[in-house]
Amino acid sequence: MRLSYPTNIRIIKVPCTGRVAPIHIMRALEKGADGVFVAGCLEGDCHYQTGNLRAKKRVAYVQEILKSIGFEPERVAMYNLSAGMGPRFAEITMEMVEKIRLLGPNPIRLKGERKEKAA
Amino acid sequence: MEMRKGNSVGSVMVVGGGIAGIQAALDLANSGFYVYMVEKTSGIGGVMAQLDKTFPTNDCSMCILSPKLVELGRHLNIRLMTLSELEALEGEAGDFTATVRERPRYVDMEKCIACGMCAEKCPRKVDNEFNQGLDRRKAAYVKYPQTVPLKYAIDEENCIYFEKGKCRACEKFCPAEAVDFSQKETTHKIQVGSVILAPGSRTYDPKAYDYGYGLYPDVVTSIEFERVLSATGPSEGHLVRPSDHQPPRKIAWLQCVGSRDLQRNSHGYCSGVCCMYAVKEAIVAKEHSAEPLDTAIFFMDLRSYGKDFEKYYNRARDEHGVRFIRSRIHTVSPSIENGGLLIGYTRENGEPAEEQFDMVVLSTGMEVPPETAALARKLGVALNHYNFAATNAFAPVSTSRPGVYTCGLFQGPKDIPFSVAEASAAACAAAIDLAEARGTCVQVKELPAELDLSEEEPRIGVFVCNCGINIGSVVNVREVTEYAAGLPNVVVTHENLFTCSQDTQEKIKQVIQEYRLNRVVVAACSPRTHEPLFQETMRSCGLNKYLFEMANIRDQDAWVHQKEPERATEKAKDLVRMAVARASLLKPVVERPLEIRQKGLVIGGGVAGLNAALNLAKQGFEAVVIEKEEELGGLALRIPHTIEGLDVRDYLHRLIAEVRGNGNIEVLTGAELSGFKGYKGNFTSEVRTRDNQVHIIEHGVTIVASGAVEYRPKEFLYGGHPGVMTQLDLGAFIHDRASEAAGWNRAVFIQCVGSRNDENPNCSRICCQGAVKHAIALKDLNPDMDVIVLYRDMRMYGLLEDYYSTARSRGVLFSRYSRLQPPEVAGNGAGLYVTFTDHVLDRPVRVSADAVILAAATIAADTERLATQLKIPRNTDGFFIEAHAKLRPVDFSSEGIYLCGTAHGPKLITESISQAMAAASRAGSFLASRDQTIGGVVARVDQSLCAACLVCVRNCPYGVPFINDDGVSEINEALCQGCGICASECPAKAIQLAHYADDQIMIKVDALLKGVV
Repeated sequence: MRLSYPTNIRIIKVPCTGRVAPIHIMRALEKGADGVFVAGCLEGDCHYQTGNLRAKKRVAYVQEILKSIGFEPERVAMYNLSAGMGPRFAEITMEMVEKIRLLGPNPIRLKGERKEKAA
Repeated sequence: MEMRKGNSVGSVMVVGGGIAGIQAALDLANSGFYVYMVEKTSGIGGVMAQLDKTFPTNDCSMCILSPKLVELGRHLNIRLMTLSELEALEGEAGDFTATVRERPRYVDMEKCIACGMCAEKCPRKVDNEFNQGLDRRKAAYVKYPQTVPLKYAIDEENCIYFEKGKCRACEKFCPAEAVDFSQKETTHKIQVGSVILAPGSRTYDPKAYDYGYGLYPDVVTSIEFERVLSATGPSEGHLVRPSDHQPPRKIAWLQCVGSRDLQRNSHGYCSGVCCMYAVKEAIVAKEHSAEPLDTAIFFMDLRSYGKDFEKYYNRARDEHGVRFIRSRIHTVSPSIENGGLLIGYTRENGEPAEEQFDMVVLSTGMEVPPETAALARKLGVALNHYNFAATNAFAPVSTSRPGVYTCGLFQGPKDIPFSVAEASAAACAAAIDLAEARGTCVQVKELPAELDLSEEEPRIGVFVCNCGINIGSVVNVREVTEYAAGLPNVVVTHENLFTCSQDTQEKIKQVIQEYRLNRVVVAACSPRTHEPLFQETMRSCGLNKYLFEMANIRDQDAWVHQKEPERATEKAKDLVRMAVARASLLKPVVERPLEIRQKGLVIGGGVAGLNAALNLAKQGFEAVVIEKEEELGGLALRIPHTIEGLDVRDYLHRLIAEVRGNGNIEVLTGAELSGFKGYKGNFTSEVRTRDNQVHIIEHGVTIVASGAVEYRPKEFLYGGHPGVMTQLDLGAFIHDRASEAAGWNRAVFIQCVGSRNDENPNCSRICCQGAVKHAIALKDLNPDMDVIVLYRDMRMYGLLEDYYSTARSRGVLFSRYSRLQPPEVAGNGAGLYVTFTDHVLDRPVRVSADAVILAAATIAADTERLATQLKIPRNTDGFFIEAHAKLRPVDFSSEGIYLCGTAHGPKLITESISQAMAAASRAGSFLASRDQTIGGVVARVDQSLCAACLVCVRNCPYGVPFINDDGVSEINEALCQGCGICASECPAKAIQLAHYADDQIMIKVDALLKGVV
């Protein structure tokens, strides 16, 4: 379909969102990603039956951790869509980018910048 | 080598290298038969290679075809003979001697490196037939950039040397000394057991119509328009009109050019695909156009009768704004005012009208070329009155000559998925004839042992693809390649035009060996389609195929960031950096040979299931058929005859007797699947019969043929008046009470009952022909009977159109109604009245009727439980979803499970038979294959870390992990599906998923974000 979507999205392939562990998401935030979203199959349509449901729980878990450390939980999201839903994917990326823009850069990056200034 | 066993030869000749021939060849070669592929032109690919996109998924045609071309080209058990034609066939089924004439290429295929120097230096320009003459090629040429074999050829007819005796520029400049003018025509005598004819068709030449084709450059055929849209076409994918190379603002499509027309050397049949490709071209043209583009399709009946086609048509109209104009065209003439083209037409109500367009596309039909007809006659293969191969509805791929089969467009007009299914069906028929000689002519692939790289540092090669212009026109590929060279562990980089082409595979092999690579990264398109190809290349160099990583810089970059080339280039660099980082952590993953139980389970005992079982059994495999009813036969039991007049009940009786009499087949009726477990090659099913007996069946493949049902109408007084019946009811009525039916004065058919509405947006495909079949039957019973068919579009696709013509000539009245103004049926005691608005009179007409026959939809059977048991997907309408709508029409994406018949979607008996044979062919191929493996991407437990907390046991959706005798978790690699849920849940990190271990995922994150914080 070749629908355009924002250029600041990078995709990391996993066999199923069931393989996405909290540590993977946390690592991305720790390394300075402004946001992370997990894109799984529609609920009920997981090729591996329940992988996307596990992922949903883990995303919620990561959001809880973020809240508890004073990080905006909205930087992390779970979306469900099928391989046939190209337009929805484009929409999601735009939605996510818009949301992150409002939040501003990852605070970890700001901290890094402050360090640089101090030095 | 022993070439035969008993009386048959274990090899097959496939004539024609289009998608049908390719599929037949691959199926046979993968199941133990040697194949000679005979292709007339210099490369395979056929018409599908010329298409830009395919409906209804808008997949790029070349992208899905290319892996098949390469697989065929490199197949050990396929001999590809290009520039070759079958001349004669002696002998009989099982033991033919074929005479093949091979014309010289004047290029030594062993030496040609496809550099293109010969074409560059060749001074003679000629029309490029691959681009339908819209641009020029040289007399030294390659058919198209991804063709197989990718070897240049010198076109003798146009070469200056052959004309004047001098030039030979190509020879002088060829760096490989591959040009060889001494080559002569050769004749081969080849022994084969069966022959499959898949020579295809050609496009009808529309010059005979008054549509200005050949006079006005902006009147083009549909296939020319495909080339205009294609990235490898004459305008490199820019939508411009031929006259002035300006983008058009208004384009019209004229349907049925050369089809459904008995004048102007045209054809009476419907070409079956033009409605859909016109809709597709209109949508794609709109997408290609920078400015808003107006598109209009001028048509008689819009025939979107295939699976999910109606939804595509609805989207085109409602979401994309494609205009559909029901009309008859009389002329296309130049507009005097501003240079456009004026279409003169008649509206449906008979009013004349005209409209101006910038470009006109003629939806030209397909026809059998005279040389194909001549070949058939030479081979003793009978043709029908349109020169298609004469076949029988119950034996759709058998020609009149035993041992010679046919598929694809030579069999009759059809789309790609039906060609592919038919190709598999033809392969099945050929394999059955030669079942005893399976494996006697094939060579076994000797793969080099995998090298032990455990002690080596990563040495990575990076190959960056331009994909023609797909990537190169957006991403700066040179820059990305240079960037890759500076990444850690990268020892060599290459930039390719088409990384997937066969010559590039050779190049990759050389590079792997020369630089002693132990990891390969390809930055190109999607691993979904191309990963296996590159992995095979690595494997042939002794590298484990898991030491490979792809960066998707096309689908996930160039295609979606077309307007931001700089950012796209930066993204490509990121993606390559991430891929290289991951590659350095990849480890070899072992796959072991799979033991396959040589038996199939067929679910459903209707026409499809019975044919699937029988064709599997005849190939030499055991089969078990389970049918939930007590009686075999399914829905077909209620159909007395086909539209051709063939007796369905008689056929069913013979089929059932043959199935019951076959020693390889076990039949269980009144039986339902009560349990299903296992994996490809090793399924265990539990089947419960009505007498509560439980049968445990161990089988290697599963074929789903669970059928469909007729919708029970809620509309038009159905069930409330005895004169209102469905088509199936009428079939039984005519069969059982013919004299009563003969006494009717008037019968009214109402089409699209429960189809093409909000509740069920699909077209049920078969009801138009059902109405015509019964209308003719009623006229046969009583020629004076008034028979009226109230329809929305008459979808008499392919050769069915003949029966539509017959019905009209017999006096059946066809009147179109609009969805907004459906007919009304009223009962008055025994009397029945139908009121409808005629499209020409444009006013309501009320008629009395003795019978009202409803074209009740074909809807999915209740298969929710089956879908859950087998874990196979269904679409929103309840029909099962095949692995790929175009190229894997009878496979499920879960390996070892296949699909056929109306469980896939509504279809005719003959189409169900084709699909059943195709499913049997695919299943047989799997059972016979020797290179199936298990292992690979599966979870493994590091037992020293396991605390036996049971998290994995509880969370695995398949119940695979268990606590073993040592008190720790164990995972059976044959059962593990590789989702990785356990690995992500394990609190001790004792479980890792091979190929997707935590470090292999996180290094991509690290590489992406390096230096950000």
